[in-house]
Amino acid sequence: MAVKVKIPAQLRPATGGEGEIEVEAETVGGALDAVFAKHDGLRERITEDGDLRRFVNVYVSGEDIRFQDGLETAVEDGAEVTILPAVAGG
Amino acid sequence: MTVTGLSCKECGTEYPLEALYVCDRCFGPLEVGYDHAGIDAGSARRRIQAGSSGIWRYADFLPFASPPTSAIEPGLTPLVRADRLAEQLGVGEVWIKNDAANPTHSFKDRVVAVALAKALELGFDTVACASTGNLANAVAAHAAAAGIDSYVFVPANLEEQKLLATGVYGTTLVGVEGNYDDVNRLCTELAAERGWAFVNVNVRPYYAEGSKTLAYETVEQLGWRLPDRVVCPIASGSLFTKIGRGFEEWRSLGLVAGGLPIFHGAQAAGCGPVAAAFADGDDVCRPVRPDTIAKSLAIGDPADGPYALDLARTSGGSIDAVSDDEIRAGIRLLAETTGIFTETAGGVTAATLAKLADRGEIGADDSVVVYITGEGLKTLDAVREGFAMHEIEPTLESFAAHVPERGAVAAPALTRMI
Ligand SMILES: Cc1ncc(COP(=O)(O)O)c(C=O)c1O
Ligand SMILES: [Zn+2]
Repeated sequence: MAVKVKIPAQLRPATGGEGEIEVEAETVGGALDAVFAKHDGLRERITEDGDLRRFVNVYVSGEDIRFQDGLETAVEDGAEVTILPAVAGG
Repeated sequence: MTVTGLSCKECGTEYPLEALYVCDRCFGPLEVGYDHAGIDAGSARRRIQAGSSGIWRYADFLPFASPPTSAIEPGLTPLVRADRLAEQLGVGEVWIKNDAANPTHSFKDRVVAVALAKALELGFDTVACASTGNLANAVAAHAAAAGIDSYVFVPANLEEQKLLATGVYGTTLVGVEGNYDDVNRLCTELAAERGWAFVNVNVRPYYAEGSKTLAYETVEQLGWRLPDRVVCPIASGSLFTKIGRGFEEWRSLGLVAGGLPIFHGAQAAGCGPVAAAFADGDDVCRPVRPDTIAKSLAIGDPADGPYALDLARTSGGSIDAVSDDEIRAGIRLLAETTGIFTETAGGVTAATLAKLADRGEIGADDSVVVYITGEGLKTLDAVREGFAMHEIEPTLESFAAHVPERGAVAAPALTRMI
């Protein structure tokens, strides 16, 4: 599946300034791994021991992956995977 | 006290005092840091007592190089001793901090005053927020008073009173199809694209500092002492944790002596991710989809959840969740024993106090401060159909025929539920 991963401003220094990265993947975790393969610096910023850090939220087409299958959540062709900081609100 | 910078609560990385809220290195939240050295407790107290009669009297402990001014100054709301409530619950001493007595009738005036003053200092000309209702009222009002533009984003299905009490200030009110967490996600994305100060996104570290003033006032109003226990509502967990931070700061500076109060958190069962994590022994919260009448507390993915859990545990407290019926009963209990009419969030808090008393966790030897953070007139549906009105002709006969003596019950046919 062709998936678009949206990178928040705070992480763009680790992607050479890129805000949207197209990858091929079957799951959210696969899409993130494909992004890490291109920009290795991103991995340690948002993951710890293979899991997302606790203040990182990931959405597939607007839906929080914790309401789905987490990193195993399947992605459809053309899906948008959005990474956002979880430290807003109230 | 001098404000020094922002630092990451997770990894300690330091940042300048700008419109930043996330750590680039680990994505943790940023918090304002101060240099406590050289503060003398006696002179700090005198400065406070000689200060304004609102939150700016605590300017030394807020994130400004020089004391701010604002068109609207919240704070110094009443701390009321509630003996009738205490007696009914079998609790030693209950104090109600009635923060509905703020300019837009909730504690959100405190956080907005601080966020707006900082936004202006940083050169912003537009403020915005993602809100469950009360923040919307406050942002719209404070922006109007300051003469700057505002954008207010709320779930479209909010209480009518909260929508009206926002729109009246002439803001751009945006009702989003979805729940608060959808609104918050949208605003997090928008904050990166627009040059606006979103009070609870890109200037959230400053916004959050405003809640410390509730701790400072409590100490001052109790005669420079700490409460034994507090009961406080939790949505994102910012209010709860910052009240804790406020007490800690003043203890470490010697402005007040004694142990850190025991912190009891209050959530609605229909949106209780922090209460659930507390019960399960988890240190992070699983997000939930809110379904409760306490819309002001309906945040399913609380940003400060981990820190709220930490405070409840380290202080030896708790985090409870109460049902919608308990919330309605909590509103009535507070109104009937104290004369204070609170909104659903206050119903959650009052119901939690009642639950703690019922469980014996708070008893005859305890003194407790209860944070009532919002106004009953904003959530009228919560008390609708709760009581009857006697409808009569304007004559003595009609009065005598229709209105029973005190203690007697009127025939249902002669009354109308309202
Ligand atoms: C009346 C009232 N009380 C308490 C809260 C909880 O605030 P926090 O998100 O800081 O936990 C809110 C939040 O909107 C509120 O409106
Ligand atoms: Zn960090």
